[in-house]
Amino acid sequence: MQFDFQRLGALMRKETIQILRDRRFIMLFLGLTFVQLFVYSYAASRTVYHLPMAVVDQSQDPTSRSFVQALVNSQYFDATMYLDDQSQAKQAIDKSQVKAALIIPPHFAASVDQHSANFLMLLDGSDQFAVRSGYSAAGLVAQNFGLQMSAESVALTGAMPSLSDSLPINTSTQILYNPDLNDKWFVIPGIIGMILQTLAIEQAAIFLVRDREWGTMEQILATPVRQLELILSKMIPLSILCLLAFGISVGLGIFWFGVPFHGNLFLYFWLALLFLASCLGLGLVISTRATTQFEAETSSMIFMLFGLLLTGLFYPRTGMPLIPQLIGDIAPLTYFIRISRGIYMKGVGLSFVWGDALILVIYTLIVVGISSKTFKMRLD
Amino acid sequence: MNQFAISATNLVKEFKANKHVVTAINGLSLQVAPGETYGLIGPDGAGKTTTTRVILGLLSRTSGESSVLGFDSMNDMYEIRKRVGYIAQQFSLPPPLTVMENMLFFAGIHSVSSEQQKKRIPELLAFAGLSEFMNRLAGKLSGGMKKKLALACSLIHEPQVVMLDEPTLGVDPVSRREFWNLLGNLRAERGLTIFVCTHYMDEAERCTRVGLMYEGKLIVDDSPANIKRIIPGHVLEFMPSDFAAARKLCNEMDGVLEVQTYGDKLHVFVGDVAKRKPQIEAALASQGITHDNLREIEVRMEEAFISLIRRQKESVEQDGMLTQKSEMSGEI
Repeated sequence: MQFDFQRLGALMRKETIQILRDRRFIMLFLGLTFVQLFVYSYAASRTVYHLPMAVVDQSQDPTSRSFVQALVNSQYFDATMYLDDQSQAKQAIDKSQVKAALIIPPHFAASVDQHSANFLMLLDGSDQFAVRSGYSAAGLVAQNFGLQMSAESVALTGAMPSLSDSLPINTSTQILYNPDLNDKWFVIPGIIGMILQTLAIEQAAIFLVRDREWGTMEQILATPVRQLELILSKMIPLSILCLLAFGISVGLGIFWFGVPFHGNLFLYFWLALLFLASCLGLGLVISTRATTQFEAETSSMIFMLFGLLLTGLFYPRTGMPLIPQLIGDIAPLTYFIRISRGIYMKGVGLSFVWGDALILVIYTLIVVGISSKTFKMRLD
Repeated sequence: MNQFAISATNLVKEFKANKHVVTAINGLSLQVAPGETYGLIGPDGAGKTTTTRVILGLLSRTSGESSVLGFDSMNDMYEIRKRVGYIAQQFSLPPPLTVMENMLFFAGIHSVSSEQQKKRIPELLAFAGLSEFMNRLAGKLSGGMKKKLALACSLIHEPQVVMLDEPTLGVDPVSRREFWNLLGNLRAERGLTIFVCTHYMDEAERCTRVGLMYEGKLIVDDSPANIKRIIPGHVLEFMPSDFAAARKLCNEMDGVLEVQTYGDKLHVFVGDVAKRKPQIEAALASQGITHDNLREIEVRMEEAFISLIRRQKESVEQDGMLTQKSEMSGEI
């Protein structure tokens, strides 16, 4: 007689009652799933619309005027003042009258026709979100405007532009998958991972410690309960709740925030389950080390911080120095964010995300291995 | 396989704390026969809880042997856990579960069939006087009720042995008495072997046998009556007007074996009451110390306990002094 389903059932019943009577857990569950999703998606949206912009139009021809109009029409910029030269524009930025300044050199229309047009966009570097939004938006608008001009010229002359022809206005910005630069598309697949990681690590970490702090662990250890039964009884109810949170988040992402799901939902679910296993295992490791609930919570908070800062959720990992990147590698979220964005936004299959999935498999095996070694059916 | 319900031989348990090694159990041997109520008593830190935990297999042992019902504490711990009921020192039933849910939980993890559950749970709740509180959360019970619930939960699988670690700690005297009456019924009705750690001396008196533990060792292991007989002489009790002076005076008198304080009273151990009682009265009177009626009282576990611990301390100190002396002579 080793594994016993009656014992597992009794233990799971106890855990479920404990979870459902724990007001803190309910708060955390609702707080994470709903509040995080909404707060990060709405409030922390980093795309800045209607940047006040100064215009220095030294060309004053129909093409330059329609280019200014195109920028304004994009909603990213408002032309709030018209100035005479670049130095005035710079002063306006210094005085915080505007966040951006557009300088169009003379003979803009002619240079557009010759495919050698340039413009200068000055951006207020003290506001990094404004810079990022303005930079991408200006490039995008210029590109579209240029394409349109080419099309018009093709229509007028009837000549096909040669392949070597560059676009009439120089731009190097190109944005895939999220042509509207909508932050939510970028944030939501990551937040889904963040919610899962925080919920799973924190609760798994607390689970064993709480029983130890109450002294319940000693009482349970003095019964014929086996290690596997004890661990499963804590992980199964928690997994179900985490998957519920996952379902709610994905549902809200698709139907409330309108972020289209491009991938295979079935594959996404299984990889999320794998990710969940790695987080629960990590929580267990914390829980075998920690002696108080406070310690367990603090340790799991560290992973939440890693999640926010180092996993690529908000800040790109490519620009990070080596050490923070390595620290970020400890958090399973780093791998799942890539999987999540790949499947959710790009609709890629396993052939594209297998590397990260494999890392998560190895990760899970390691943490489960460590925790089962550390967790003894004795008190010492 | 031996005939003892609980057995320990030369049991040693060391804890490593940083670089120090703390010896919690230092070569302890004890045997408890089936049906006995064995009380392990001793001051705080003597190693009672550690002993209980090692015997149950909840802690690993450093060396020696220990077994319950013939099953080795380390190798057959699950066999032991099937047959033993245990109450840990710290109240330890899941607080967010109700009384009934706790009973069902422990029935479940002990694989008690549902027919047996239907029969035993109401019986045990009635036995523990908790039938009215079935739906109360365990965390909201009073201290005494918590202990009774713990006892009821530890009996759900009809164990042959129960091990109780200070089960009445922090419980009021009335509830303590009720709890011990329950234990008495269990022993009488089911022939249960009871192993109990306590530092209440009145509880020790209720045991069939008592082991006195001090610094990881068992210094006495006998029935309460025999332990009290180990104490030489008789005890005279009185309340002096000048406590410190009276104690000093008695300590220096011939024929006084030991002086213990008991609240505002003095307990003076003498060999011959008829001879020493008038001498003490005279000596007190000569010093101008008045007192209430000086009378002989029966030796209780409390006096025996204090006396035994004191003697143990003194012999350790003497050993220390002897070794110091021999070291000095070695230098010369």
